[in-house]
Amino acid sequence: MFRNVAELVQIAESQNKKISEIMIEQEMQVSGRTREEIFNQMEKSLQVMEEAVERGIRGVTSHSGLTGGDAVLLQKYIEKGNFLSGETILDAVSKAVATNEVNAAMGTICATPTAGSAGVVPGTLFAVKNKLNPTREEMVHFLFTSGAFGFVVANNAFISGAAGGCQAEVGSAAGMAAAAIVEMAGGSPSQCAHAMAITLKNMLGLVCDPVAGLVEVPCIKRNAMGAANAMVAADMALAGVTSRIPCDEVIDAMFKIGQRMPTALKETAEGGLADTPTGRRLEAKIFGMPLKSDE
Amino acid sequence: MKYKSVFDIIGPVMIGPSSSHTAGAARIGRVARTIFGKEPKWVKIYFYGSFAKTYKGHGTDVAIVGGLLDFDTFDERIISAMEIAKEREMLVEFIESDEVPDHPNTAKIIIGDDTSELELVGISIGGGKIEITELNGFELKLSGHHPAIIVVHNDRFGAIAAVANILSKYEINIGHMDVSRKEKGKMALMTIEVDQNIGQDIIDEIQALPIVTQVARIVE
Repeated sequence: MFRNVAELVQIAESQNKKISEIMIEQEMQVSGRTREEIFNQMEKSLQVMEEAVERGIRGVTSHSGLTGGDAVLLQKYIEKGNFLSGETILDAVSKAVATNEVNAAMGTICATPTAGSAGVVPGTLFAVKNKLNPTREEMVHFLFTSGAFGFVVANNAFISGAAGGCQAEVGSAAGMAAAAIVEMAGGSPSQCAHAMAITLKNMLGLVCDPVAGLVEVPCIKRNAMGAANAMVAADMALAGVTSRIPCDEVIDAMFKIGQRMPTALKETAEGGLADTPTGRRLEAKIFGMPLKSDE
Repeated sequence: MKYKSVFDIIGPVMIGPSSSHTAGAARIGRVARTIFGKEPKWVKIYFYGSFAKTYKGHGTDVAIVGGLLDFDTFDERIISAMEIAKEREMLVEFIESDEVPDHPNTAKIIIGDDTSELELVGISIGGGKIEITELNGFELKLSGHHPAIIVVHNDRFGAIAAVANILSKYEINIGHMDVSRKEKGKMALMTIEVDQNIGQDIIDEIQALPIVTQVARIVE
């Protein structure tokens, strides 16, 4: 059983296997279930993700009315073809947004690793799909690779905003996605680890400060940028750029930063964007009264 | 290691918006319902920490009631759990507590009907994963992700062996076990997580042991 990224990479490279394969083998060992059962369960999650992306792209609105419809705007913008960054990256951003808009509307999603960060992994997957034309099986493997890296973070640090801030939540999701993109694009296990490290380094310190306590503002746009971050970091790793700080140490740094982060910035809606004048005004409008005073 | 399966990370499939505050809450409610073994007539739900501060925004309230109505994390009826509870004449009360809990996402559930009552404390540790930390005043550790039996028994020698013997006879493997008591020699609680679902016949056999007061089970 691998306990950290270094072990995961070492096992994969010494056996000349992909990270996804190591994750499947470990799952078989731990659960006692067959490869087919495990694969089928993951394929069902893939199906849920696909449906959420499609639904979000058609357009949804949350119950609070705060969010929805941005995935539609982005898809229309991409179609016009005058974008500045790039088609795949914008597609990833729009599909990450789509998923989280569905989540905010109390729709059905698959947590990856959480619901608040559920957009990044499927967002990048369904964008990269159009570029790399993977088989359905390779798409399921993308989820196992993401899962392997998320597994390490969850066991050595944390994956929820309430425990470690947004760096733990969208930060983990983005790192997981970056690693999985690298594997799908043909990169080595070690390049997967560098992609995760580069991504997570750039999300360190990010707080969890949802307006009115809703998983909407800024969560949806943080998923958008998490997806963009993952795409760029994956390209950097595939280009041969390495992280000077090893992935496990970046995860450990994230953990220590999260422990020192004040409670007001860990999903309590007491600080950060939640405590801005507009944040408080929106909160009062949604609930008919401010939930908390500014004192 | 807290997380053992890749499906703790990629999953659960759930109704939004929050894995810890929605899916986790639904799971805590559902474990309470399962141990209670029937639909409660009234429920009191105490929220602590981040749960107390943000439960309205995350739908933690509808999710936990959905769980108490026996809905799974992906059951779309969670959205209208309050209306369904009303139709079924379940009285629901929420209490926001200022007490500082050990874990930021903590809920205490007290449920009952005309004949019995149950009190349970659960925490939602992230990504939809939960732990039940207290049951009727007993400390315990239960994930709700595996089939399990919960046995209230007299705190006396031989109790564990008697229950284990029955499980052994039916070739049931114990994955995790926990024993807890409030006071030496009085009541004690055994929590046993197992690898396969346990049939009613086995539950009846354990219940028939003179040392055992009550048995409840959690089916996967």
